[in-house]
Amino acid sequence: MSGHSVYDNLRHIADSWGLMAMLVVFVVLCLWPFRPGAKSLNQEAAEAIFKDDSDD
Amino acid sequence: MVKVVSGAGIWLAILLLAVIAIAGAQDSGFAIHMTIVAIAALIGLVVSVNKADYAAIAKGILRTPDETRYDDDPIRWGVIATVFWGMAGFLAGLFIALQLAYPLLNLEPFFNFGRLRPLHTSAVIFAFGGNALIATSFYVVQRTCRARLAFPQLARFVFWGYQLFIVLAATGYLLGISQSKEYAEPEWYVDWWLTIVWVAYLVVFVGTILKRKEPHIYVANWFYLSFIITVAMLHLVNNVDIPVSLLGSKSYPFFGGVQGALVQWWYGHNAVGFFLTAGFLAMMYYFVPKQAERPIYSYRLSIIHFWALIFLYIWAGPHHLHYTALPDWAQTLGMVFSIMLWMPSWGGMINGLMTLNGAWDKVRTDPIIRMMVMSVAFYGMSTFEGPMMSIKSVNSLSHYTDWTIGHVHSGALGWNGLITFSAIYFLVPRLWKRERLYSIRMVNWHFWLATLGIVFYAASMWVAGITQGLMWREYGADGYLVNSFADTVAALHWEYVARAFGGALYLAGAVLLVINVWRTILGHLRQEAPMHNATFNEAADRPAAPVPAE
Repeated sequence: MSGHSVYDNLRHIADSWGLMAMLVVFVVLCLWPFRPGAKSLNQEAAEAIFKDDSDD
Repeated sequence: MVKVVSGAGIWLAILLLAVIAIAGAQDSGFAIHMTIVAIAALIGLVVSVNKADYAAIAKGILRTPDETRYDDDPIRWGVIATVFWGMAGFLAGLFIALQLAYPLLNLEPFFNFGRLRPLHTSAVIFAFGGNALIATSFYVVQRTCRARLAFPQLARFVFWGYQLFIVLAATGYLLGISQSKEYAEPEWYVDWWLTIVWVAYLVVFVGTILKRKEPHIYVANWFYLSFIITVAMLHLVNNVDIPVSLLGSKSYPFFGGVQGALVQWWYGHNAVGFFLTAGFLAMMYYFVPKQAERPIYSYRLSIIHFWALIFLYIWAGPHHLHYTALPDWAQTLGMVFSIMLWMPSWGGMINGLMTLNGAWDKVRTDPIIRMMVMSVAFYGMSTFEGPMMSIKSVNSLSHYTDWTIGHVHSGALGWNGLITFSAIYFLVPRLWKRERLYSIRMVNWHFWLATLGIVFYAASMWVAGITQGLMWREYGADGYLVNSFADTVAALHWEYVARAFGGALYLAGAVLLVINVWRTILGHLRQEAPMHNATFNEAADRPAAPVPAE
């Protein structure tokens, strides 16, 4: 492949399937903590830093 | 015994190699740097031979770390190093601010502006900020994983290796050794050294996460880990250089022209995004809830904050190259992603601030909380200003002016500085097992001096930047530019004086930090009225007087 077509191909992958894949992964990761049953897990995680009050 | 001998052998080998490098050095700067390496190796040799517990070795006692205690020595050193390098960096900053107002202070050749400016930026970002990040990450990862630090020897190597990196970088700038890439000035061999230290840092951090006793990895560790991994990637790609000689300090970058510029600003902006934002957000997500004694407002929001920063920040770099040879679509892409960053940044700010929901009185009664709130507020303000400045039409006025400098400092002094100070105030009594800080009221003074300093700094730089931008683009009726560059410099004298005054206030606040940390470590307690007492009126503290019948 010539330099130009490498650029061209990468560019097309980047602004079609690449972009789509990134978007899907991003949306799934953001929705993950909202899956059913996650509420109490999130609450637990947020409070875990207070488990040991003595910090030494 | 074998361990002591092999350790000493490694130090001796490094010492010999450094001496050979001094003898064969191609330039004096490289020879001086190798002398520093030789001195460091000599210190390592002496310490490893002297420190070894020969009595225990003779009796065949194996020392194993006490897994029931956290490993806090490198954190204590890190806190002291943070305070020390902070003072050095702030002082350098005040001096170069005065140089801009009074050019007489340019002391050639070692202390001119061109050499001191990278000294200032690297000292505050990498020495002050970097030590704060390493120390707090070691503290937080142990507490949130409820496990002792993995690889204690490697953790000590990370701390001392990082200090050597700082010394080599700083002395290099003064000697004129620089690859002239902003925030990536150290030359190739210092870059290699940092790579080794950074990989060791990653190993210690991930090793500790792997031996955790908590099932869930707390979100602060996600931010720390993304900071460590991304900085490694940025550092490697932006420092692909070809040294002129393996015994000389000069190298040439692999990428040239506009590609080189894009790589540099992909690095530079993500140094802001992952070093100064993700890393310090990790501090926010641990220390703000701990000091407020309330869990983070929304754990879900913190996860969205995390993923949105990761996915968006990495594309924002091209906004540093508006109206350059960079293709137009890439400039626009950088601008669009910068504007999208508004949402996660403000989501994160709201998350930090709303943690105080129901406990807002602590802003009045606890100066450390007050400092944290101001810090998170500056995170919000500077992440509002930044995307606005990345809009091309705004950028055509603001770019290359002091407005940029003001923006950077509202983020660095306000967000990074204040969150680091409050983390230090949180850590010092705990690390040295003191009842409380030497003085809570001094924290309050520090807060006001720092805040006022930032106000002077940012406000004077807005005025200076817009003045500059307007003067540079002013055309006369004849179609020629009205002002020469020197005209704009002369016009900004008093803004520069006001900026230096703001810097002096900020430095004065940091002097209080040094005193406070120093006296707390010594175990002193200042006799002072507490910040807040519930009201009590002794005169009214009696039964109701009998009322005569009418």
